[in-house]
Amino acid sequence: MSLIMNAQVATKPETPVRRSRWMALSGNRNWQAIWFMLPAVAFLILFLAYPLAYGVWLSFTDTRMGSPGEFIGLGNYIWLMDDPVFIIAVMNTLIFTAGASIFKFVIGFYLAILLNKRLPFKALIRAVVLLPWIVPTALSAIAFWWILDSQFSVISWSLKSIGLIDHNINFLGDRDLARASVIFANVWRGIPFIAITLLAGLQTVPVSLYEAATIDGASSWQMFRRITYPMLTPIIAVVMTFSVLFTFTEFQLIWVLTRGGPANATDLMATLSYQRAILGGQLGEGSAIAVAMIPFLLGAIMISWFGLQRQKWQQGNDQ
Amino acid sequence: MASVEVRDVKKRFGAAAIIDGVSIDITDGEFVVLVGPSGCGKSTLLRMIAGLESISGGEIRIAERVVNDVPPKQRDIAMVFQNYALYPHMTVRANMGFSLDLQRAPKAKIEERVDRAAQILGLSHLLDRFPRQLSGGQRQRVAMGRAIVRDPQLFLFDEPLSNLDAKLRVTMRAEIKELHQKLGTTMIYVTHDQIEAMTMADKIVVMREGVVEQIGAPLDLYDTPANQFVAGFIGSPAMNFLEGTITPAGFALGQGIVLPLQTRAAKTGPAVYGVRPEHLRLDPKGVPVEVVVVEPTGAETHVVARIAGQDINCVLRERLAIAPGDRLTVAPDAGIEHLFDAVTGARLN
Ligand SMILES: Nc1ncnc2c1ncn2[C@@H]1O[C@H](COP(=O)(O)OP(=O)(O)OP(=O)(O)O)[C@@H](O)[C@H]1O
Ligand SMILES: [Mg+2]
Repeated sequence: MSLIMNAQVATKPETPVRRSRWMALSGNRNWQAIWFMLPAVAFLILFLAYPLAYGVWLSFTDTRMGSPGEFIGLGNYIWLMDDPVFIIAVMNTLIFTAGASIFKFVIGFYLAILLNKRLPFKALIRAVVLLPWIVPTALSAIAFWWILDSQFSVISWSLKSIGLIDHNINFLGDRDLARASVIFANVWRGIPFIAITLLAGLQTVPVSLYEAATIDGASSWQMFRRITYPMLTPIIAVVMTFSVLFTFTEFQLIWVLTRGGPANATDLMATLSYQRAILGGQLGEGSAIAVAMIPFLLGAIMISWFGLQRQKWQQGNDQ
Repeated sequence: MASVEVRDVKKRFGAAAIIDGVSIDITDGEFVVLVGPSGCGKSTLLRMIAGLESISGGEIRIAERVVNDVPPKQRDIAMVFQNYALYPHMTVRANMGFSLDLQRAPKAKIEERVDRAAQILGLSHLLDRFPRQLSGGQRQRVAMGRAIVRDPQLFLFDEPLSNLDAKLRVTMRAEIKELHQKLGTTMIYVTHDQIEAMTMADKIVVMREGVVEQIGAPLDLYDTPANQFVAGFIGSPAMNFLEGTITPAGFALGQGIVLPLQTRAAKTGPAVYGVRPEHLRLDPKGVPVEVVVVEPTGAETHVVARIAGQDINCVLRERLAIAPGDRLTVAPDAGIEHLFDAVTGARLN
């Protein structure tokens, strides 16, 4: 603060000199601030705000690949409301997000608690846990594709070898199995993020709280329920918001594994949008599908925001 | 209420013996203070009594029952931690009622006990606050309240006042003592502050490096410390130690200065002569000393003086117009000299 004040004093000329406009702009501190922010702002506008605004605009037009469209208001949205495939995609996205998030949360939290215990080779195990997160999605998706392949699946092969089944399981060809498979792959990939973040949260809970609870007579479950969990709720809210956002917008994994098939059983809003806009050339309609994701995402953020707000105990101000 | 018996207790972390054969007897309703320098194993011993650390050897009994393998919640104890360990996500009320709530005690009973404890500690108006909305002293009181609500047969305190400022520490000291008088429950209190130990304890246990150096009432430790360590640890400012030799004529400091001895030493030869600063007074017939530093405090005058090449602190009740380099003659009060073995530090008189 004092540094800024000093600088201000130093740049203010004592005698009134008539300066050029450029001098005024480059000398004034407020303008200087804008100059410094300009690259970042330009970057954000170019790569975030502009595509977003353009996408919203496109969703109100009937633009197709190669033909500049015209404004048609809510036409695309009204059309989508009657599109059974779109409705299926929305349902799929909700099921996919809810199912995957719940599994990721439960398993991730459990893993975090295990990793927080005294373990031999702790650092090594933690590194291993992070692996699914480090491997590029496209790569792990291809691995899953092979694991779940209708002819070469290692799972089918193993089960056949021990005699539990007599024909290959068509993981990606059956509606429900395909849904379960993509959820499983997404869970596998998403667990490390949750486990490692919650582990960091667990490590901030002072050991003495558990000692006090031990003396107060708490069982392990009571300690988890009454201390660990409530103390971690803020971090859980943040982590799960991110997790839900990532899951809701999942594209790569689905695209590599099923391309939304069989018969749209695993089509999510993101994949459907891509199919309609890029593959089908219906840019306006594809954009409308993508824009339709925004209310859901905002909803998820609001829920976690208000969830966080309730944590009165960690805010500084009295009463 | 309960007696506590610590019988030849040992604690090892790996190869290191942190507690090395400690025995303490605590009678019902006693206020016992464990005191010693940092790292001597006070907290470890307290945590073993609480059941938070396992016992590597020996036996601990609470109310005549061996508790070596009894889990903490069945020992019927309450503990106040140095950092208070309040549950940050619970109100003061919930913090205090937590243990009863865990036992599924009826709401009315919890309410009644919490209210009573809050009243004793003057917390009634703070019950709906969260810990972070409290001052250090208030948090400390909540931690005590949490212990009181449980109505245990034994209270354990681990340096509960060390995070408070000096003034508040004095107030809380008195409050804890008063609490003990009110409740009459056995209390074990850990501190590294010998003033806290002296002012609060019925019985002090002085520890060093995992062993007990002396156990006794505060004034016994002050008057007849068992060894040079206890002598130097108890009392403030610390006792003066002068090196010299016990001779039939008295305690020879060298340079021809001999302090007369009023008690009989167990042996002659090289030894340490101990005298507390407050037990020295000006006396024309005393030994000559040279003033090095003068520190008037108002109530007393602290003088650092040199005697036969060794520094000695004196706390004199007079106001003196003296300057460094001046010469004084001082003498110890009658009958309070301490003699220690030069090698082992054991008391010789
Ligand atoms: N878990 C542990 N593993 C190994 N050594 C330990 C462990 N806990 C404590 N120690 C050692 O035991 C000794 C005694 O520790 P303790 O905490 O009991 O000291 P203290 O007397 O309470 O000291 P302070 O006044 O600083 O709190 C110390 O030297 C410490 O390093
Ligand atoms: Mg300690």
